[in-house]
Amino acid sequence: MATGIRDKVAIIGMGCSKFGERWNMSGEDLMVEAFVECLGDAGIEKKDIQAAWFGCCRSEISVTTTSMPLSAALGLPNIAVTRVENACATGTEAFRGACYAVASGAYDICLALGMEKLKDTGYGGLPPHGTGTREAMISPTITPPAGFALLASAYRAMHKVSREDLKRALAHVSWKSHENGAKNPKAHLRRPVSIEKILAAPIIADPLGLFDCCGVSDGSACAIVTTPEIARNLGKKDLVSVKALQIAVSNNYEARFNEWQGDHLVTTDKAADQAFKEAGIQNPREEISMMEVHDCFSITELVTMEDLKISPRGGAVKDVMDGFYDLDGGVPCQVDGGLKCFGHPIGASGLRMLYEMYLQLHGRAGERQIKDPKIGLTHNVGGLPIKNVAAISIIGKYNV
Amino acid sequence: MIGIVSSGGYIPRLRLQRSAITKAMGWFAPNLLGAAQGERSMCNWDEDTLTMAVASARDCIVDMDKSEIDAVYLASTTMPFADRDNAGILKTALNLKNNISTADFSTTLKAGTTALISGLESIKGGDRKEILVVAADKRRSKAASIQEMRFGDGAASLLLGRENLIAEFIDSYSVSYDFVDHYRGSSTTYDYNWEERWIRDEGYTKIYIEAILGLLEKASTKINDVAKIIYPCPVKRTHTSIAKSLGAKLEQVADNMHEVTGECGSAHPFVMLAQELENAQPGDKLIVAGFGQGADVLLFQVTDNIKNLNSKQMISKHLACKKAEHSYTKWLLFNELIDTEMGARAEADNRTPLSTLWREHKLILGFVGGICKECNTPQIPSDRVCVNPDCGAVDSQEEYEFSNRPARVLTFTGDNLGASMDPPAIFGMIQFEGGGRMLMDFSDCELDDVEVGVPMELSFRKKYYDKNRGFTGYFWKAIPQMITDNIAE
Repeated sequence: MATGIRDKVAIIGMGCSKFGERWNMSGEDLMVEAFVECLGDAGIEKKDIQAAWFGCCRSEISVTTTSMPLSAALGLPNIAVTRVENACATGTEAFRGACYAVASGAYDICLALGMEKLKDTGYGGLPPHGTGTREAMISPTITPPAGFALLASAYRAMHKVSREDLKRALAHVSWKSHENGAKNPKAHLRRPVSIEKILAAPIIADPLGLFDCCGVSDGSACAIVTTPEIARNLGKKDLVSVKALQIAVSNNYEARFNEWQGDHLVTTDKAADQAFKEAGIQNPREEISMMEVHDCFSITELVTMEDLKISPRGGAVKDVMDGFYDLDGGVPCQVDGGLKCFGHPIGASGLRMLYEMYLQLHGRAGERQIKDPKIGLTHNVGGLPIKNVAAISIIGKYNV
Repeated sequence: MIGIVSSGGYIPRLRLQRSAITKAMGWFAPNLLGAAQGERSMCNWDEDTLTMAVASARDCIVDMDKSEIDAVYLASTTMPFADRDNAGILKTALNLKNNISTADFSTTLKAGTTALISGLESIKGGDRKEILVVAADKRRSKAASIQEMRFGDGAASLLLGRENLIAEFIDSYSVSYDFVDHYRGSSTTYDYNWEERWIRDEGYTKIYIEAILGLLEKASTKINDVAKIIYPCPVKRTHTSIAKSLGAKLEQVADNMHEVTGECGSAHPFVMLAQELENAQPGDKLIVAGFGQGADVLLFQVTDNIKNLNSKQMISKHLACKKAEHSYTKWLLFNELIDTEMGARAEADNRTPLSTLWREHKLILGFVGGICKECNTPQIPSDRVCVNPDCGAVDSQEEYEFSNRPARVLTFTGDNLGASMDPPAIFGMIQFEGGGRMLMDFSDCELDDVEVGVPMELSFRKKYYDKNRGFTGYFWKAIPQMITDNIAE
């Protein structure tokens, strides 16, 4: 009988590059930036790392596919490296691989590193990506904002929310992330923005305006993991351990069966149930101290609050407007600025979210610091609402 | 008895106001000012000869037993493919049976009537029960040309057979002359035209009169026994003077539809016929003629069945479903007459994997999905594992057509980011009545026309054009029913 990942793995070091338009940094350079910080934080040497997981989603446009870019960039001593890709959950997938390797006892110390170099494309937004030969001939050309904007139309219909009320709640979602991002020296976008400016921005994909969309950034983040026992033997105190790692992947249910109404994410809903069970969380609204969720678009964050059972169905608009997810609210969300302002280098994002939770749990988050957090949740959605990968990670103080 | 079982027509919703052409270009081409009356039909950016052909054919065979159709002929001078059976694409879009004969008739404006005569002769020969003959044209023209003013885009279809005829075929007569009033080289885009006065006197007038008189004599019919004479001729004065020379009265002459559609190339005799059939009375004799390096003339007699003409088959439905287009620049963009910056996203290569197209041709061209034999869940696309999570049966799918099923909007958006010929690109999920759903492009509408729950219809459209390889990719799109029912505007 499987017992889950809870408290079997400890994070002993993390690093994160500055996110943004890193015009003069290659993908390899970004990996080094995150890794040097991480290794220093862990207080170990490179040779102590026994295996690595490399997450990069669009690696063919930056460093090429396979595991080799990571090994070469960091100069790893011919250890096992696995390259993983799972859409926007790629970074989390790399972390998951490293955690499972340690938990299985196959290795003592593992590295998970995520990186994305997106700003060599020559235009804003994400480049189109392969959809498979059949899909290319039948699917609309779905840009990410348009794919997620579909949620808004269905959410409005389902919960009888006017376009204006929804727009205002979405504006608050982005406003809050800009406030938080302004406090973060590593964030891509560091300027507070007024609600009025957000509402007046040009429409990208109806009803989402410019400020409803996250930044497209270059960046890298990484973690070094081991078991709590080894961590203790290395002299580590106040351990941060992994409480849950769950991934749920769409089948054809949303896209082709007749039940889903298009207003939420089936996968996040399922992954959340599994993650809370794995972490032993009974009441997420009370027990989760803080979150970094996949706010690729403001509407994604809004419906995620319900899929995570923090807000009741149809209740996210009220919670958002009440400031429940603001830095001083009940469950602060996007504490570091989120994808919205910290930026979204796809393969790095899952690890960047964990980085903020890790800093917060160690009380090292500077002016963003939340008072005495115990449990942090991170969440990614890769793909589009009709077909996606949802990943939820929960980390917290060990033995708490 | 052989003849016409049913007809269907399609005129694109957009109607370019001729005044928009002269408003923009009158300073440059004042010769156009005299011809700036009315409007001409104009394909949306995702419409072409084949999509119009499919639309008219769907109307023509609506509620009919498709298995009776033994051949499909497509006539056009603007086939999307020079070497690929365009009628075969049409046949696949209509999801007709495979043991069928398909043929393209092309390279002359009388291709439509020539295909019609061939179809009737083939039925008369006895081997074939029903033949679908479709004519469609979307002719290119240079900016500020008289052709731009006169041409229209459109299609019409005729189902030929032996039973349940709405019009009986009596006789036909053809003449062939290499009279080159205009031509288009096989490697050129636009027509090259000779002097209009010569075309009028030596062409339309002499050739039409010879052919129509030939038919009347052959069929022992007098011109005054004919209710309507249907023959395209874009010059109004010539159009009526021909009738006078034949001894016909003006009311016998079918309107050339210049003011409402413009001349739809090889489809125009069919388009005019479809229009006239709606007003025809049992017993009416109709002459239908096509002009182009000679002429074809056919004589039909309308039967009692004309009273049962299905409202879905009326071209007037499409004539009424219209949106006045006042933007000449939109016309220029849609017709590749202006080099527009489409953005970096438009640079993505769209090479068509032909092996995938073949494997999926029923889905992509015919919009055919499946229904699970185990749980009766309709699904599109249909793959090996049933999408019902409580079923999941493997290899349980039977063919299930979706193109005529009612559907409603479940989600939608209008995208300003992606490359689009007509931003915002509107798309969303539609849910089919009885089951099945799909994320699809929407067409012929604006964002304000769409809301969750709005009824939608399906339309066969151009999905993409691969400029590097000359390949047009087609798929189905959804259109708000209020647009096709002409409730909007």
